[in-house]
Amino acid sequence: MIANLDYITLQQLWWILCSVVGALFLFLTFVQGGNTLLWQMAKTETESALIINSLGRKWELTFTTLVLFGGALFASFPKFYATSFGGAYWVWMLILFTFIVQAVSFEYRKKPGNVWGAKVYELFLLVNGTLGVLLIGTAVGTFYTGANFSLNDYNQVSWQYTLGGVNLRGLEAAFSLFNLSMGLFLVFNARVLGALYLLNNIEFGPVAAMETRLRKAVWTNFLCLLPFLLYVVVSILLMQGFHVDESGVVSKVSFKYFFNLLALPQLLIMLLGGLGLVILGVLAGAFKGSYKGIWPAGFGTVLVGLCVLCLPAFNGTAFYPSQFDLQSSLTIYNASSSQYTLASMTYVALAIPFVLAYVAYVWKQMDSKKLTSHEAMDSESY
Amino acid sequence: MIDVDFSLVNWSRAQFALTAMYHWIFVPLTLGLSFLCAFFETIYLKTGNEQWKSITRFWMTLFGINFAIGVATGIILEFEFGTNWSNYSWMVGDIFGTPLAIEGIFAFFLEATFFAVMFFGWDRVSKGFHCFSTWMVAIGSNLSAVWILVANGWMQHPVGMVFNPETVRFEMEDFAAVVFNPMAVTKFTHASSSGFLFASLFVLTISSWYLLKGRHIEMAKKSIVVASVFGLISSIFVAFNGDEAAYEVAQVQPMKLAAMEGLYKGEKGAGLVAMGILNPAKKPGDDQDAFLYEFKIPELLSLLANRKLGSFVPGVDDLIYGNKDEGIMGVNTMMEKGQLALADLASYKQAKKEKNDVGATEALARFDVNKDYLGYGYLSTPEEAVPSLLIVFNAFHVMVVLGTLFPVIFAAFLFYTLKGTLTEKRWLLPIGLISAFLGFLAQQAGWIVAEVGRQPWAIQGLMPVKVATTNLSTTAVQVTFFMFVAVFTLLLIAEVSIMLKQISIGPEGH
Repeated sequence: MIANLDYITLQQLWWILCSVVGALFLFLTFVQGGNTLLWQMAKTETESALIINSLGRKWELTFTTLVLFGGALFASFPKFYATSFGGAYWVWMLILFTFIVQAVSFEYRKKPGNVWGAKVYELFLLVNGTLGVLLIGTAVGTFYTGANFSLNDYNQVSWQYTLGGVNLRGLEAAFSLFNLSMGLFLVFNARVLGALYLLNNIEFGPVAAMETRLRKAVWTNFLCLLPFLLYVVVSILLMQGFHVDESGVVSKVSFKYFFNLLALPQLLIMLLGGLGLVILGVLAGAFKGSYKGIWPAGFGTVLVGLCVLCLPAFNGTAFYPSQFDLQSSLTIYNASSSQYTLASMTYVALAIPFVLAYVAYVWKQMDSKKLTSHEAMDSESY
Repeated sequence: MIDVDFSLVNWSRAQFALTAMYHWIFVPLTLGLSFLCAFFETIYLKTGNEQWKSITRFWMTLFGINFAIGVATGIILEFEFGTNWSNYSWMVGDIFGTPLAIEGIFAFFLEATFFAVMFFGWDRVSKGFHCFSTWMVAIGSNLSAVWILVANGWMQHPVGMVFNPETVRFEMEDFAAVVFNPMAVTKFTHASSSGFLFASLFVLTISSWYLLKGRHIEMAKKSIVVASVFGLISSIFVAFNGDEAAYEVAQVQPMKLAAMEGLYKGEKGAGLVAMGILNPAKKPGDDQDAFLYEFKIPELLSLLANRKLGSFVPGVDDLIYGNKDEGIMGVNTMMEKGQLALADLASYKQAKKEKNDVGATEALARFDVNKDYLGYGYLSTPEEAVPSLLIVFNAFHVMVVLGTLFPVIFAAFLFYTLKGTLTEKRWLLPIGLISAFLGFLAQQAGWIVAEVGRQPWAIQGLMPVKVATTNLSTTAVQVTFFMFVAVFTLLLIAEVSIMLKQISIGPEGH
């Protein structure tokens, strides 16, 4: 069956698969959100240990999903990987550094012989949860606002934005209010998810005050994300988009993404349904005393993420537009791997449901009992 | 004296080399120690002896400390392919990206999912499921090595692809050929088994320290028995497999083999240099002696390289300047063909742009004649195709000498432990104490041979590193290089300090 799929179908399928992985990553940023909550939510050593140990049992999944997102983009859309990573050098390097320092922080923070002290690693976690997610959001924002690159006949990238004679290599994306808003939306959404996850995962018996703080954090962070979310959504509906005609010529078109939503109602349903689920999870976690708000909010985040990643890629749209040279813009059709490679990888992707199944099974096994203070304070814990 | 060229491409190389070498401090330990933990835990599951549980948890703690930093450094390499080698990423992403994606789907999730059970599941899941999880982490870690080494093997010996002049990139046409590339198979088996060896040496080192200090004697002896058996089997395999790896190199990377052996002038019945000091003033094509001192085993290089006594093994000069008698085309000739291929490719692109179909067809026909030499067209001089013999030769010989020593060390430890006299052998324990350091040296030397030996190529014969690099300012790469140096140094200090503290606490902490 896969062998019979045509090239365009494979290209679209792989963008959707990459988007699913990206959207799952956005859900799993509850770890990053939780990292940032540590400083505000934990008032005692026991509370810190509970938060750290709860997140520490999941950080690898988030990290691995990010790696897979990168790997899948590399394999299926190598021109995007080369153009974005090679062009927006500083953005990706900064994201990279925030994830490097996070990777060791859980393991090293409380180990005897730790020369830098627990606070340093907690700072690393904070940087990862704020700057790391903000920059990822900013990078996602460039799918809508474009970036400043050009490609030559050999598809070699040149970055064209300088400030005071210095090539900013992607950092200029932060000058866009839209990109910044996307980043801040993701930061606060991660914090909402982090609080909801901790509510779900921790046994609050002896630390009941932290439960109250977490429920409050769900609501306050949701309120914080609202203006950024609204700005992003309204901007998407109103902004010019990057249309690609049948001959591959790219031009700016007013209300492009609004029309994309009308042309692709499934994305509109995902967006509205996703936002509804996030609100449902928030209300359940903040006001209804529920411990399960993470599931609707998490699933809602996945749906919103899918919409955000698919909207600028389908219906004749350039998903990585160039502001400097419109005709260098990348589409899922000019940036993808060959048909043979996409088909080969599609066979491999048949294993994804199996992977998801065992991840879910192990998650259930490990989280069937909530994390207790006793476990969190154990000498072998994080 | 090695000339250092502080250009963009060399800073990019330096940054990647720094990351890869740093990453490879931790990865072999992960590959081997994960299996050793699985062995220890399986014994615990079978015997129910709590001492084995304590042993398992002790080594697992060290595994966890090492694993975290290995993961942290792994993601850098993936990112750097894009950030610093974007031309490479585009030109071969169609082929190279696939193993990376498969690595993510199959291997990383296995590790990440079961890692949490391994460390925090002792009281949450059954003993059997816990042991299963430990095995899954071991298998996942080694599966990830499979795919990244498939990718590396392809860079050393590109197969299963075709050049597409439309997209100006290489595209995969035979996935099986990429996966079962003989170079990839030997890369994986050699690297993973050397990881088992290194982890076994690591266990010997720490256990030897305990025995010298008279602490945790039972635990140390039990650990040594398991590690010695695993290490002995692995080290013997590494030796035989290393021979196979060198044979593969001889077939597809003759310049690397010449560098490994310091062979400038090819010869029939070539001898293997068992020991030697290279003449640093020697240049390709001159008449100086290659060695200041050498001890050769006659005929052995011909036998190992071609499986045939008296056969011809080409040297650097034959490969650069050609050897008609042996039917070897020199780099100088290949460069001419490569330059023609590049010019015809440019003509083809221009004709396509001008919608000149006839011109495009003609240019493509000319291009097809020389396309196999495309990469050589980028070289400035034939001598550019020669890697640093000084580095490759010395690294290769360090690796081989140490590789020969390891089976002896494992055999001695196993013999005296089983005989019950290990603690009396005060001469052996200090050797065990330094053995992990020797293993580290051998590991690093091996990768230096593999990677420096294939310079100047990012993709052997197809793409030199200077074409593969991203068009960045040198300053940008210099800044990130020193950022990496600083972060790596801080993390290494933390890792070593925590590791030493855990070793000092010992298994009683569990």
